[in-house]
Amino acid sequence: MNEMKKINLIVNDKTYQLEVDIRESLLDVLRNRLHFTGVKEGCSVGECGACTVLIDGVPTSSCIYLAVFADGKKIRTIEGLEKDGKLSKVQQNFIDEGAIQCGFCTPGIVMTTTALVESGNKFTDEEIKREISGHFCRCTGYQKIFDAVKKSLDDK
Amino acid sequence: MFSIKKIYQPITLAEALEIYTSNPQLKIIAGGTDVLISLHHGKLDDVELLSIKNLTELTGINYLTDGTIEIGTMTTFTEIFRNEIINKYIPILAEASVSMGGPQIRNNATIGGNICNGAVSADSAPTLFVLNADLRIVNNEGVRIVPITEFYAGPGKVKLQSGEILTHIIIKKADYKGMYGKYIKFSNRKAMDIAMLSVATLGKVKNNKFTDLRIALGVSAPTPIRCTKAESFAFNKTIKEELIKQISEKTLLNANPRHSWRGSKVYREHLIQVLTERALKEIITMSGGKWHE
Repeated sequence: MNEMKKINLIVNDKTYQLEVDIRESLLDVLRNRLHFTGVKEGCSVGECGACTVLIDGVPTSSCIYLAVFADGKKIRTIEGLEKDGKLSKVQQNFIDEGAIQCGFCTPGIVMTTTALVESGNKFTDEEIKREISGHFCRCTGYQKIFDAVKKSLDDK
Repeated sequence: MFSIKKIYQPITLAEALEIYTSNPQLKIIAGGTDVLISLHHGKLDDVELLSIKNLTELTGINYLTDGTIEIGTMTTFTEIFRNEIINKYIPILAEASVSMGGPQIRNNATIGGNICNGAVSADSAPTLFVLNADLRIVNNEGVRIVPITEFYAGPGKVKLQSGEILTHIIIKKADYKGMYGKYIKFSNRKAMDIAMLSVATLGKVKNNKFTDLRIALGVSAPTPIRCTKAESFAFNKTIKEELIKQISEKTLLNANPRHSWRGSKVYREHLIQVLTERALKEIITMSGGKWHE
């Protein structure tokens, strides 16, 4: 018998009441139950950053975060960024700077960048590199991603 | 899915201790960044977890009236790295905290988990060793205080009994006042990597002599260690390039690094000396001393 637990999740401002298996990660629930497939599964061990979502505003690897931990938390995924069909500034900057190739790592990096922008803090170039170091991109070589993040932070 | 049989999620420490005492088989999960990965890799199986994630009383950093700094074990590395008290009084711990994992890991991984996990590469360990940190451990019957230098039992093993929870890390004023520290982590990648070797130094310099010097190493023995022989050798000797070399060589008297795919024994011994030298020069400069004529 697998143990189930009732949890409340607020994903992109919408509340979901769910019964989840205690063995499930937040990533499993977001993708397989709620179909937020913009959350990507890469390494499954918290190293690649593809599954990054914001939990109460904090970038978190949803693959190593249990669904039951998320009870009562506000989750934001890439799907929640556009408003009325218009992309967020961060999303637009990634397009404008050509920071996307295959796109697999993009949702995670966009979420981390969104948190950096919303923190209101200033970051040096070295600090930007440190703050996005938890995301692997196997296409771009990072310069364009760095440019998009920097532009987003300058934009505010 | 993770092989989890049961999970308890208490919201108070009292409740957690109660549950733990009557279920000694439980495995504690803090930030989860190690436990869930062990489950993913099948190193843990069919486990019953006691989550202490909701124990808000174990989160945060306090500066007490006598200058003692208390860090709740559930404080994350991001919180430590950004904390004003830490940056003002023990910047070396901020430096160690930001070297750990990557941002998303630091946002969830806790300093208590880092210690209790017993990893020889734990980024917080060498720094807490040089700070002579004390650990407050509680169970249903009471409290005990253990110096961190006596807490490690071997690779992945710490002296924590079933029913016990590490609640706070305590750093006394005498252990940071007037001291300058430097942590150097050496790893293959700059981010998201485990230390191949790590060195923490903390010292006080007066009239260009070490009146206090502490050196701790990670990944240099079956547990993090203090280099007591090098430390006592350095005491009250006039600082010169030659002395720094001698101190760095003497760190090997306490170290016993192993050969692994991450780095050979010989390479690690070399790193221990070179990194100790670098770290010593940094703290000498910070404390206004000089090693060149």
